[in-house]
Amino acid sequence: MSGDVWILGIHMTKFGKHPDKDTVDLAADAARGALADGGVSMKQMQILAAGNLMAASAGIGQQLQKQIGQTGIPVYNVANACATGATALRTAIMAVKAGEADFGLAVGVEKLAGAGLLAGGSRAQDDGSWSPRGRYGAVAPVDGRIGTETMPGVFAQIGMEYGHRYGGTSFELFARISEKNHAHSTLNPLAAYTKRMTLEQIMNDVMIAYPNTRPMCSANCDGAAAAVVVSDAALKKLSLEQQRRAVKVAASVLTTDPWEEACQILPNVNTLTRNAATRAYEQAGIGPDDLDLVELHDCFATAELVHYDNLGLCEPGGAVDFFNSGASWRDGKTPVNVSGGLESKGHPIAATGIANIWEVCHHLRGEAGPRQIEGARVGLAHVIGLGSACGVHILERAA
Amino acid sequence: MADSIPLVDYLVLGDDPHLIAHECTSCGARYFDRRNACAACEGTNFTDVEVPREGVLKTFTIVSFAAPGIPVPFVAGVVDCDGTSVRANVINVDPDPEHVRLGMKVKLATYSVGEDANGVEAVGFGFEPV
Ligand SMILES: [Zn+2]
Repeated sequence: MSGDVWILGIHMTKFGKHPDKDTVDLAADAARGALADGGVSMKQMQILAAGNLMAASAGIGQQLQKQIGQTGIPVYNVANACATGATALRTAIMAVKAGEADFGLAVGVEKLAGAGLLAGGSRAQDDGSWSPRGRYGAVAPVDGRIGTETMPGVFAQIGMEYGHRYGGTSFELFARISEKNHAHSTLNPLAAYTKRMTLEQIMNDVMIAYPNTRPMCSANCDGAAAAVVVSDAALKKLSLEQQRRAVKVAASVLTTDPWEEACQILPNVNTLTRNAATRAYEQAGIGPDDLDLVELHDCFATAELVHYDNLGLCEPGGAVDFFNSGASWRDGKTPVNVSGGLESKGHPIAATGIANIWEVCHHLRGEAGPRQIEGARVGLAHVIGLGSACGVHILERAA
Repeated sequence: MADSIPLVDYLVLGDDPHLIAHECTSCGARYFDRRNACAACEGTNFTDVEVPREGVLKTFTIVSFAAPGIPVPFVAGVVDCDGTSVRANVINVDPDPEHVRLGMKVKLATYSVGEDANGVEAVGFGFEPV
């Protein structure tokens, strides 16, 4: 169908510690890797969308151009929490869809190794006398006094809330989800952590925010990922090999959280994911049963559980049974996070929403080596950024 | 000069401490922060309503690593106060999964956050087991 947009080239760096590389080095590695993978160059790109959340005002797109090719094309520097990478990709896709570009490049990069816990918007303690400030008229920081704004704590509550609603959750259940992802990671040489961990090791590790222990939290690390997108018309003029390896963007959706009771009390990551998934399945003309693999946003083990349900991989309320059936293991009905997920692969924030697309494309092209999901034709990639933003992309192998 | 001040402006101190929410007069959506408009219906008229003092703990976490000055571990959660969700810590309870359970009944309680240079006490709130 004309009007389709394709991933022509895609690349991710190894996730982990890169002490000798700065953000621009990592972004350049990813971008040049994606261009080489697609058999194209910066000269063909007509738009660049770039994300680097931790230095969102620094203009990573232009910094990158200065190293790999200043061709004068428009740059869109984007920041959208953990959905930054998906937002950059979707920006490039929209430009192609709008007919403004035949080729676009999207890049996400982050330097996070050693960043520790990422908290929300707490502020310094007043000195002198109590004086009310801000939208709550607070006289002291509320983080830790009125609930928690730390990411592990917020996502722990999101998983526990699912347990309150449907039952069946436990510390051990959440730890088993982490056990799966760490087991998957042993096959992914680009993951930050590739050690298999036993259930006992996971449960006895340092408790961060019950029920999430350290290995159940996404790993802060360095990394970058980039993708080249191309219009249907331009792809037809490329080589047969480029056409064969191209992966169709069957759906590209971005949503935010609609108002609901409690959504400003504890972020609701459910409804916007359900909305994004529903729209994505509609766009792609498929259903969750058609998916051969899913990369979803397991920023914490507690988050993975709720997204089985939100993405429609199981019946409403059926996430615990779905996991207990073995469905989300790599040999299960719907393999989830065969890359190792954010818990093992790592979570360099702005890179994540393109790296998960890379993982899916790798399988759809039949190039995933020892961790290949045999015969994969359709896959879904999902990210959530608190605040909130949700990106869902559905990808299909070229016919 | 007052001897005490609430940690946040939606906590009302006195003999019978309670929380107030800003309720949208058009659609009934409730908020605790200063509003520009209603996120649900775009209405701009709000009225203050009292939030029930008892509720059900609908989710929680036990936080082991927190900002400087916050004693750990502590229990953070969300309390369903008869349809109005409130973010709060669960206090006056042992912070472990044996003593804190999903669905437990809790009620509002206040505690001292500390005194400032003028001897004014800041008072915070949490929910404790009923
Ligand atoms: Zn309203």
